[in-house]
Amino acid sequence: MSNHEWGTVAQDRGEGLIFWLIGFSLLVIMPLLNVLPGPDSWLHVSDFALNRFGKFLAFAILALGLDLIWGYTGILSLGHGVFFGLGAYAVGMHLMLTIGTESVYGSTLPDFMVWNQVKELPFFWKPFYSFWFAIAAAILLPTLFAAIFGFLAFRSRIKGVYFAIITQALALSAWLVFNRNETNLGGTNGLTDFKQVLGFRLSDPGTQRGLYVLTVLSLGAAYLLCRWITRSRTGRVLVAIRDSEQRVLFSGYSPGNYKLFVFVVSAALAGLAGALYVPQVGIITPAQIGVLPSLEMVIWVAVGGRGTLIGAALGAVGVNWARSILTSSFPDLWPFFLGGLFVAVVLLFPGGCVGLGRRLAEWWRSYRLAKQTAILEPAGKG
Amino acid sequence: MNPKAPNAARHALWVLCCGALSLGATSTVMAAEGPAAAPPPSAIERALADLSSQDQALQEAAVALLIERGDASLLPSLEELRSNADRSVRLAIKPVIDLLKNRAHLTSEDANTRRSAATDLGMLGKPVAIPWLEQAAAREPNRWVRYTMEEAAQLLKLAADDAATKMAAATKLGELRSQNALPTLKELLSGSSAGSEQSDQQKAVARAASGAIERIEVWASWSGAIETIFRGISLSSILLMMSLGLAIVFGLMGVINMAHGELMMVGAYATFVTQEWFRAYLPTDLFDYYFLASMPLSFLVAALFGLFLEATVIRFLYGRPLETLLATWGVSLIMIQAARVYFGDLTSVAAPSWLSGGAQVMVGVYLPYNRLFIIALSALCVVGIYLLLFRSGVGLRVRAVMQNRDMGACLGIPTRKVDAYTFAFGSGLAGLAGCALTLIGNVEPGLGQNYIVDSFMVVVTGGVGKLAGTIVASLGIGGLNKLLEPSFGAVYGKVLILVLVILFLQRRPSGLFTIKGRYVES
Repeated sequence: MSNHEWGTVAQDRGEGLIFWLIGFSLLVIMPLLNVLPGPDSWLHVSDFALNRFGKFLAFAILALGLDLIWGYTGILSLGHGVFFGLGAYAVGMHLMLTIGTESVYGSTLPDFMVWNQVKELPFFWKPFYSFWFAIAAAILLPTLFAAIFGFLAFRSRIKGVYFAIITQALALSAWLVFNRNETNLGGTNGLTDFKQVLGFRLSDPGTQRGLYVLTVLSLGAAYLLCRWITRSRTGRVLVAIRDSEQRVLFSGYSPGNYKLFVFVVSAALAGLAGALYVPQVGIITPAQIGVLPSLEMVIWVAVGGRGTLIGAALGAVGVNWARSILTSSFPDLWPFFLGGLFVAVVLLFPGGCVGLGRRLAEWWRSYRLAKQTAILEPAGKG
Repeated sequence: MNPKAPNAARHALWVLCCGALSLGATSTVMAAEGPAAAPPPSAIERALADLSSQDQALQEAAVALLIERGDASLLPSLEELRSNADRSVRLAIKPVIDLLKNRAHLTSEDANTRRSAATDLGMLGKPVAIPWLEQAAAREPNRWVRYTMEEAAQLLKLAADDAATKMAAATKLGELRSQNALPTLKELLSGSSAGSEQSDQQKAVARAASGAIERIEVWASWSGAIETIFRGISLSSILLMMSLGLAIVFGLMGVINMAHGELMMVGAYATFVTQEWFRAYLPTDLFDYYFLASMPLSFLVAALFGLFLEATVIRFLYGRPLETLLATWGVSLIMIQAARVYFGDLTSVAAPSWLSGGAQVMVGVYLPYNRLFIIALSALCVVGIYLLLFRSGVGLRVRAVMQNRDMGACLGIPTRKVDAYTFAFGSGLAGLAGCALTLIGNVEPGLGQNYIVDSFMVVVTGGVGKLAGTIVASLGIGGLNKLLEPSFGAVYGKVLILVLVILFLQRRPSGLFTIKGRYVES
């Protein structure tokens, strides 16, 4: 791997500028375009589009975490759907309880429990009446789970493909368990039909705008956190682990601890993404946390450009955008496109879009250089 | 409906005739054969007519007579009668038809027909069938049909009024370890314990029943255990066939082939297409042989697919297992969708007749032929791979490349060629596994996905590049799967296995068996 992640000061300034530009347009311009112009104006961003974009940005938070572990540390996790799901279900459970008697059956219990003839709220649902508990759980549950799983996995030095396969089995198991009715998590249909959060109606465009802004702020915070980690000494050790774990080990570091740390951070970010995803999309089902969704998350990062934070976020937004366009107009073609993307990214441009951009920029620079030298030294040799 | 009076008159007439006839026949030889030998046709006809009678007694008499003297030749006329009659008559005729039909089936050529007839007679609960069953059992050559006949006869005896018969039947059923008798026996036990005053006889019956229940239940738990083991071995053999290909490819090239399940799907569809082709172009009596043709075909088709995949994708990714994982996953998505678009969602293969059915080895243990076939096939694959890898020149080269690629190349082994052919061979194995899978399930685009995660667990647990590791791990994981299923359910069983595998890897991070070497980084 090359050094290009280790930006020079100039690159740093460029990246900072990009960060503030994108941040400003996402945080201020997009909501303003949603509110100010009339619905017919070409500048208008519809409520639907804004909401959808909010979903993509939630995915971008997850992609940042995944990039931290895969792009920087070289550990491929195929189980991030589980951490995403834990965060999403934690918030979903709270939203489920705030429905109250507005549900179809008019019971204080969630509809699916009435349907499954559960008479009393299961004990583990009760704390989720509290909003703050649910938010804390959305971050801490994945963190804790990742800590236990990661501790076991990294302690025995499971790495590379082995780790990928184990995490994939984890995703499969979680999918199976969440699908069951007797776990009281809504079974195949998941949690849905939410009405309000903290007293704000979810169907109200204003609430959705608020959630959007919250997502943008969280994404910004997550980006800064990841940037801080990758620029720190720890970040350098992480990259060193990716490039040669043996050498890191022999240099007196303990790679296991670093790996555990980055795995836990990345799981927490996935949980945060899930927590922001649920109120905006309004549904969470086991289908969103299984083996295939977990792999798709990896491909977001790969497409955007692993090892670069901007790339991961861009990939998440871009791939999901393409997905929402393709699945609505050519549903049969989406799997071909996604599969083709997997193959193409790996075979043709391993650096993703950012890598491709860098390569183009380099090519352009050398082309200009060649041209300049050609001008300076006109070919006079005949 | 016939009016009552003339009916009764005719009945009287029939009795007279009967008497006269039998009187007349005493001098002939026929008389020696007893009353059942040749009832006058008119008697049967009378009874047939009486079946539709409004008179309950008359109807019952007719039913009794038909059951005793009738045979299968009456069935068409009875069926006809039933289709034209009202409800009460239909109800009266039904047992007659059932009894006669099953009695006729008791002497059928086909063992399965005989067996199901015996079961039906046992269920019908008519004591009249006891002697039929006993006679049939005495003549029966097939052990398991005889078992069913005896069981049915004893079941009927269990319903008898006589306590001694009941007791004997209960004891005998206990000896037979009859699973079917369990509900009746339990009923008998609870029925007798409910009554406050019990005669000694009742107590004896209850004792016999509880003894029989215990015997049956002990046997059932044993036979259940044997069946669980068999199911475990059966699942293991499927996992084994899948994992063998995976493990060889991973061990040799460091390639994680996520499309392996889809190569299996290719094999399954190859089998399906072969079947359709046989159905369309060959005479029907050759149809059963389609499966024999489809086995090499599915191997070849999947191997060609593998060769193509190797040449277009895998070749560029050697030594980068994580990348191969992602790229082959993409390939698998494309293949699944292509199959879905081309073949539709669900198709199935009709198992050839020589693989349907099964072998009964013990009371309560039934082993289906298709599962046995898959087990045998996977054992054959193991032997084949062993011979190929360890007893042939080609295998020597493959192992050399597996152990030290550079050194192998130095010694003149064309490593790229070895890679390509090994990958094709692994893919072919997947195709063969897919062909075998059509025997026990539908052919669908998602076929491979059901097993892929499990077979990767096998590879991880077994260790890379060791045949023995793959065999032991697939036996372990497949067996555990089925062992945990009854008590934990399929889902929690799987979760538990994941936990166990992770704990196992704590002790042996690189699997059960590892290639010993001097390198630190694998």
